[in-house]
Amino acid sequence: MADRQSEETGGAASRPFPPAIFTKIFRPVFTVVLTFRGLTAITFIIGRVMPADPVLAIVGDRASRDVYEATYIQLGLDKPLLEQYRIYLTNVLSGEFGKSIMTTRDVLDDLIRFFPATLELATVATLAGIFIGVPMGVLAAVNQGRWIDHLVRVIGLFGYSVPIFWLGMVTLLIFYGWLGWLPGPGRLDVFYDGIVEPDTGIILLDAAMQGEWEIFRNALHHLVMPASILATFALAYIARMTRSFMLDQLNQEYVLTARVKGLSPLAVIWRHAFRNVLVQLITIIGLTYASLLEGSVLTETIFAWPGIGQYITTSLFNADMNAVIGGTVVVGICFVGINLISDGLYRLADPRAR
Amino acid sequence: MAEMSPQETATPSRARAWLLSSAPQSVMQARCQRLYLSARAFSHNPIAMAGLLIILTLLFVAALAPLITSGDGTSQVLRDRLLPPGAAHWFGTDQLGRDIFDRIIWGSRITLYIVTLVAVIVVPVGLLIGTVAGYLGGWVDAILMRITDIFLAFPRLILALAFVSALGPGLENAVLAIALTTWSPFARIARAETLTIRNAEHIFAARSQGASTARILLHHVTPLCLSSVIVRLTLDMAGIILTAAGLGFLGLGAQPPLPEWGAMISDGRQYLLDQWWVPTVPGVAILIVSMGFNLLGDGLRDVLDPRSGVG
Amino acid sequence: MNTTASLLEVENLWVRFRTATGTVDAVRGVSFSLGRERLGLVGESGSGKSQTGRAILGLTAGNGRISADHIRFDGLDLARAGDREMRKIRGARISMIMQDPRYSLNPVIRVGEQIAEAYRVHTGAGRWEARRRAIEMLDRVRIRDAEKVANLYPHEVSGGMGQRIMIAMMLIPDPDILIADEPTSALDVTVRLQVLAILDDMVRERGMGLIFISHDLNLVASFCDRVLVMYGGQIMETLDASRLHEAEHPYTRGLLGCLPDLRSNADLAVMRRDPAWLAPVGGPRPGSTP
Repeated sequence: MADRQSEETGGAASRPFPPAIFTKIFRPVFTVVLTFRGLTAITFIIGRVMPADPVLAIVGDRASRDVYEATYIQLGLDKPLLEQYRIYLTNVLSGEFGKSIMTTRDVLDDLIRFFPATLELATVATLAGIFIGVPMGVLAAVNQGRWIDHLVRVIGLFGYSVPIFWLGMVTLLIFYGWLGWLPGPGRLDVFYDGIVEPDTGIILLDAAMQGEWEIFRNALHHLVMPASILATFALAYIARMTRSFMLDQLNQEYVLTARVKGLSPLAVIWRHAFRNVLVQLITIIGLTYASLLEGSVLTETIFAWPGIGQYITTSLFNADMNAVIGGTVVVGICFVGINLISDGLYRLADPRAR
Repeated sequence: MAEMSPQETATPSRARAWLLSSAPQSVMQARCQRLYLSARAFSHNPIAMAGLLIILTLLFVAALAPLITSGDGTSQVLRDRLLPPGAAHWFGTDQLGRDIFDRIIWGSRITLYIVTLVAVIVVPVGLLIGTVAGYLGGWVDAILMRITDIFLAFPRLILALAFVSALGPGLENAVLAIALTTWSPFARIARAETLTIRNAEHIFAARSQGASTARILLHHVTPLCLSSVIVRLTLDMAGIILTAAGLGFLGLGAQPPLPEWGAMISDGRQYLLDQWWVPTVPGVAILIVSMGFNLLGDGLRDVLDPRSGVG
Repeated sequence: MNTTASLLEVENLWVRFRTATGTVDAVRGVSFSLGRERLGLVGESGSGKSQTGRAILGLTAGNGRISADHIRFDGLDLARAGDREMRKIRGARISMIMQDPRYSLNPVIRVGEQIAEAYRVHTGAGRWEARRRAIEMLDRVRIRDAEKVANLYPHEVSGGMGQRIMIAMMLIPDPDILIADEPTSALDVTVRLQVLAILDDMVRERGMGLIFISHDLNLVASFCDRVLVMYGGQIMETLDASRLHEAEHPYTRGLLGCLPDLRSNADLAVMRRDPAWLAPVGGPRPGSTP
């Protein structure tokens, strides 16, 4: 009897607690919930607590007394802070960011209209960064200490160091102003505006789906410069991380094993080392994508790109606090979402993390 | 340096042998060896030296600004508006007839002011949170690291924007906003370092001698975290400069007539096509300085982290 | 076993590393020959035994330089062979097993695929043929349920099984020489003998030459036919394994003496090293660097 009992407890103890399935599914969800809480708490503080007069920040100083009073009550500023936060949280969860005084529409509607432009820009820039940056990083690592390594390093450091709003201006000056090779600011030439139906809001997709190839070409031309500018940072970051991961992997013993087997250098690098690098790169690419979504703020300003970054900055100057906070929350949610996805992909790609 | 052992003063070759001996006889010798090898590796690293040179030049120029320039960079001579670069005005003049060279020189002080202030806020905060979390562990660690993660998972530039828009534009608020979004990686690094040394013998020895937690953290843990924190800080400097310039460009950082480089680009933006030098020169200045910090940080990391070092 | 016909002849091998603090000669003028026998290479860490093994395969780390009068293998001089030639030798003709399967297997590739790859490189066999061979090979190193194990990732197998996988991978192209670099020192004592027995069987069965690198003199003596004792990058003496106790060199005696003996109460001897043991050799001959 005593024996069986100890056996039972032994069996129970050997089973991990909490069960693996729990940690795998609920841990990330828990993290997301917590991060979201933090995000809303901070935006709440920024939007409602820090400004001397949040009502004024929302309605502006030209508002009448009645509007002011109504907003005061609507914001629940007569209630205690915690209660206010609870209301704010419920509002955010149901997509209620209030009205924008600049556009007089619901902030959420605005965000839905402006978001696709940012998504298009950041996606193209990230893809460019991956397809150029990864081979560059691998090449640098394999030729460590040689001129190509130094070249990649200098390009990387340049991408890290250049103020992209300035780089945007200079490229506009050169390729649009002086050479005239590429179109100027905006997503389309004026006379193409409004021809394609914004089904997805991503002009390239919409134009392709509706067979408007001329517009597709024009949109692509408009995209080249801002996407390249935005990609500068992505490329630098990805190339640098790829180089450092690759160097790390090349020093691993399994690389020696692969060479002992008689594999060619190409097979050793791409089939063995790179597979391990790729696993680590997933997280980096996720981070890059997220940071480009927000990094587009300055690029969008330079290239008059009607995205969420431009929306936030213009709202900022119009003291349109609802819009600013709404935009910040949406970008924050994208961040959390992308992190969650890249974490999931990482688990799929690395057998040790499954 | 005064406490260097007598061997140091011996002939160069003996000093060299002492520094390169594979079996150091004292802690002092081991330390000197590390320092010597690091310094040698550093000075043989052209990238790092270039960075060091840039940063030293920046410090030099900022310190000597009154001697180098002819004014304080804010005096307007409307007669001399938008003059191209030449003998009288090396980098030309801007739309208000101010000498751009002077403004760049004075602007270096603002840049240094921003990075210094951010560093002074961010490093102690990061170190404090990281070492406390790593050393105490348990629920303190859990809570502090959750908060850190939340800040890490945030869109930094947008958060800084929202922050400045709530507090109002200005240099100090920009610094605060940048600091708010920059401290979290330092806490992470400090915690990671603390975890690796928490159970080291000398920490244990200090504890058994009755040293308080605060004393252990300050005297035994923090010094060991410093090298990785410094590398990270140097590499982050460029990011701080760029964010500050970005805020300045959007009109949320330093306010006119302060010669902040980002704001200068923004002011000169409309003259880009015809008087290209007005917005171009400050951009180059930002590029060079942040490049300098990046080169230096890269070199420092090569030296301090042997894994990434060249062969 | 025919031990007279020599498979490999190494003459005056040097391996030199350049480091921040100067140059280090890890191997200093080593010469020996290997027949179809089991040759032990014994010494402390840093004695140059592992570097000798790697130099034969031309796999010295990037900052190291190999030079030798010759490394003769099957009419070729490996010290002067180009990388393309060496790739045909590696794996197919000379293979190597490393210390710890946790590091020497690629963590993100299934073990079956890794073994199959070793076969495909040199035979150009198809995917299915290679897989069948790999499973067969796993069977040969006494892995039960080979089909299932082939689908596992390295972190899912134990150390002993990992090393058997490693043996399977290195022997699948049927090489003439196997270099085993401390193949059992990362394993639990309980599985050590099992892995050694498998290694022994495979080597005997195929009539291969084995270079067994180890710091454990008694293990080598019981496992090998002949023992080379290395110190400071040089060979101190060459012995028949059966006559190890007759060793004369003080270093070999030191290595023997530093092992605890349960039957005697004598204090453990502390190794005494004498720089005079090292022969005054000048360095690699000029012009012998490939």
